[in-house]
Formats: sequence, C-alpha cells, structure tokens
Amino acid sequence: MSGYWEDVFGGAKSLVTGLAITGSEFFKPVVTKQYPWEVPTMVPRFRGHIELVRNEETGMPNCVCCGMCMRSCPSGCISLAGKKPEGSKKKVLTKYILDFTKCSLCGTCIESCNFNAIRFSRDYNLASTNKDDYIFDLLKRLEEQG
Amino acid sequence: MDTSIWRPILYLVGIMAFAGLNAAYLGWCERKGAGHIQRRTGPMEVGFHGLLQPIADGIKLMSKQLLVPQGVDGILFRVAPILAMIPAITSMVVIPFSGNIQARALELSVLLIFALASIGMFAILLGGWASGNKYAVISAARSVSQNIAYEIPMLITVITIVMMTGSMNLQEIALKQQGGFWHWNIFPLVDGKSILMPVSFIIFFICSVAETNRAPFDMAEAESELIAGFMTEYGSMGFGLFMMGEYLNIVVGACLTTILFLGGWDCPFGLFSGVWWFLIKIYILIFTFIWIRWTYPRTQIYKLLNLSWKILIPFSLVNLLVAAAFIKVF
Repeated sequence: MSGYWEDVFGGAKSLVTGLAITGSEFFKPVVTKQYPWEVPTMVPRFRGHIELVRNEETGMPNCVCCGMCMRSCPSGCISLAGKKPEGSKKKVLTKYILDFTKCSLCGTCIESCNFNAIRFSRDYNLASTNKDDYIFDLLKRLEEQG
Repeated sequence: MDTSIWRPILYLVGIMAFAGLNAAYLGWCERKGAGHIQRRTGPMEVGFHGLLQPIADGIKLMSKQLLVPQGVDGILFRVAPILAMIPAITSMVVIPFSGNIQARALELSVLLIFALASIGMFAILLGGWASGNKYAVISAARSVSQNIAYEIPMLITVITIVMMTGSMNLQEIALKQQGGFWHWNIFPLVDGKSILMPVSFIIFFICSVAETNRAPFDMAEAESELIAGFMTEYGSMGFGLFMMGEYLNIVVGACLTTILFLGGWDCPFGLFSGVWWFLIKIYILIFTFIWIRWTYPRTQIYKLLNLSWKILIPFSLVNLLVAAAFIKVF
C-alpha cells in the first residue's frame, strides 16, 4: 500500500514538474530564424568556399602565385595563373578559378599558403540548378567586393 | 419560451460559426503553442503570423479527392466522419454560454451531453472497423476500452456535482455558483461543499483529456505504432471532419469543466459577469489541453487503464462518499 501512495504523489509531483518546464519554455524568446526574410551572418569559424585576401596597403590580392594551394588540393579544384609585369620582380595574379563542385572544404589550401592569401568565406546562399554556377572566378569576386 | 422562428435560426448560425471557427483556429493555436513550447515560431508564412493557415488547410483538404479504398464497408466508412462531427456540434445546443445565451435549456442537459459524447466514441469505433485495416481495428478497440475506463470516474465525479446541486440542468448548476470564486465548485468547504472538490476537478479534467483522445492519452492514433489509427484510410474532408470533431470535443470538454467546476460565466470577483468570462475560462482550459499535449509523452495502454481503474475510480468513489457526508452534515 505504501508503494501505491508513493506512485500517486510521486507521479503527481513529476507531472507538475514537467508542466513547469514546458510552461517556462513557452515564455522564452524563440530561436528560429525566419531564413529567407532575415539572413543571419555566419559564425567566424564557418567554412564556406575559399576567397582571396586583399592586401590592406596596396589593395591588391596577397597572392604571389606560388601555386602551393593548387598543388596541395587533393581534389584539384584550384587553377591559378600569374604573370610578371614589365620591370617588376613579383608575379601578379591574373586568374584564380575554384571548382566548388569538387571541393570538400578540407582547408589544406589555406594551411599550405604562406602569404595569408586565401581564407574561408562565410557565404552560404549558394543554391543553384546549374552546375556551372559553382565554378567561381575568385579574382573577379574580389574585384566586385572592392 | 420564445416561439419566434428567428431564435432557432440565429442559434443554429451562431453555433455553427462558433464551432467552425473553433475547429479551424484551434489547429492554428495548437501549432503556435507547440512551436513556442519548443521555442519555434509555428506557422508564419500564410498571412500575418500564419493567421490564414487554417483557411489554406481547409481549401487544400476540400480540393482533394474523397477516396474510398477497396474492401472497406462503404456506408459505415462514409458515416463515421460525420458521426464524429455531429455530436460535438449538438452538445453545444445545451451549453449555457451565459445566463441568457443558451439555445435550449434542457432539464437533463448533463445526461444529454454525456450520451452524445458516447456517440462520438462510436464514430472512432465505426471508422476503425469500416476501414478493414488492422491498425484501424486495433485503434478502435483501444479507444473503446479507454473510453469505458475513463467514463466511469468522469460520471462518478459528475454525480458528486449533481448531488450537491440537486439538478441535472447545466444552467442551474452554473447559477448555483454565482457571486465570486469562493462559490465555485472547485473550491471546498463554502456552501457545504466537500473538502475533496479540488481532487474532483483534477479527476474530471484528466478524464476529459482522455475522453477527447488527446495526448498523452491518444492511444487511438498512436502514430508511431498504429500509423494514424482509425484515421489511417481517411483523406480529404473525411480526415478533416475527424480533426474538426476532435477539436470541437475539446471545446465541449472545456465548456463542461467550466460550467461544472469554474462557475460558468461568473466573474471571480463578482463584477461584470457575462459570456466574456465564460470564453476566458474555456480558452484558459483549452490552452492547458495544448500545454499538456506538448509536455507529456504518450503512455502505454496498460498504464493508461491502470491509472483509471487503480487510481481515478477509487478516488472518485471516495470523493462521492465524502461529498454525500458533507451534504448530510451541513
């Protein structure tokens, strides 16, 4: 018989506790983002596709066209080209193509870069029905951002 | 009694409108309540904060084909959804929304409402049986055993109230509780009321949750084990009528709890009594229904029946005896 009363009162107490938890959750603010209407900014460590880093002083890309990223990429996503202008010792980037259809966001290219020339972007609105939309011209993207 | 033809017509239109709006918008309230309890927003896209969602859902349900699968019992299959809806609307006829808003003041209105509630259970039984689907049949059997188990403590509790009031007329039961919250049947000791009245209220409320097949007592449509129970083979408006019937049963249950225990249209402080207090009370109760649904997981059928036979029925019988003793002594 003592088990019976424990069941009744213990059960009733646990039911009230449950109601108190959901009741207090009801009045807390919602955490849902209404995505297409409000676009949240991603956290700093979010891994989007890579992007070129601009040099603060010259306004040009940090890249020196060493090709380390291209060689380190396990999927062969990156292709870049550069040329030396007349009377200059350094190469200047002329083309930087990222084939995002093959990229797995491993970040080896960023690790291999010694000049802080590439980093993860925070872009995530990338849906498309066309495969060609995922072959990014990162140099053009940098110019458009500037 | 007023014999004008306008009175029945107005009440018919009013009750249909009240029933229809409630059936549609309680679905919206349910989704909003579920959302906020889980810290989501619920429907947001159709209209301002999803307010047009029930209309969109209704149009969608009505535009779908009414499918009657092969091998079902044709007549019963078509009758069941209608049977789910009709008793719920009919019950509204005898519910006194305030002192002078009541379609028909029957002497035995309590009896009528409980008789109609049993017909509502028949709809589930027939729908499950006629579907010719094993899940639906299991669901129908479960819902019958559940309804029998929970009707007993519910009716014993109602007998307590009827004994104290000396009437089966809902209007009179509500009138006896006028004049401030201490006169309400839920509060003990005033006006010779039994000391166990709050327990009666809790028993009645639990039973009305079970009677309306709401979670955590929704054994009839336990979707994880029985797909959708008796509604498995229904689509389109057949399903729509079952859903509307379910929500209307909640409204009727809340109305009944309000009249029997919470003083009907009486204001707690004795000011401005009227239909608005009745509506406030029933919507607080309906919110509690939703709150309960999104708090507790579904129980097992054994535990469900144990709760009724081992706890609710003995408690309600003791309540009845104590109430009788109080009536005799005071």
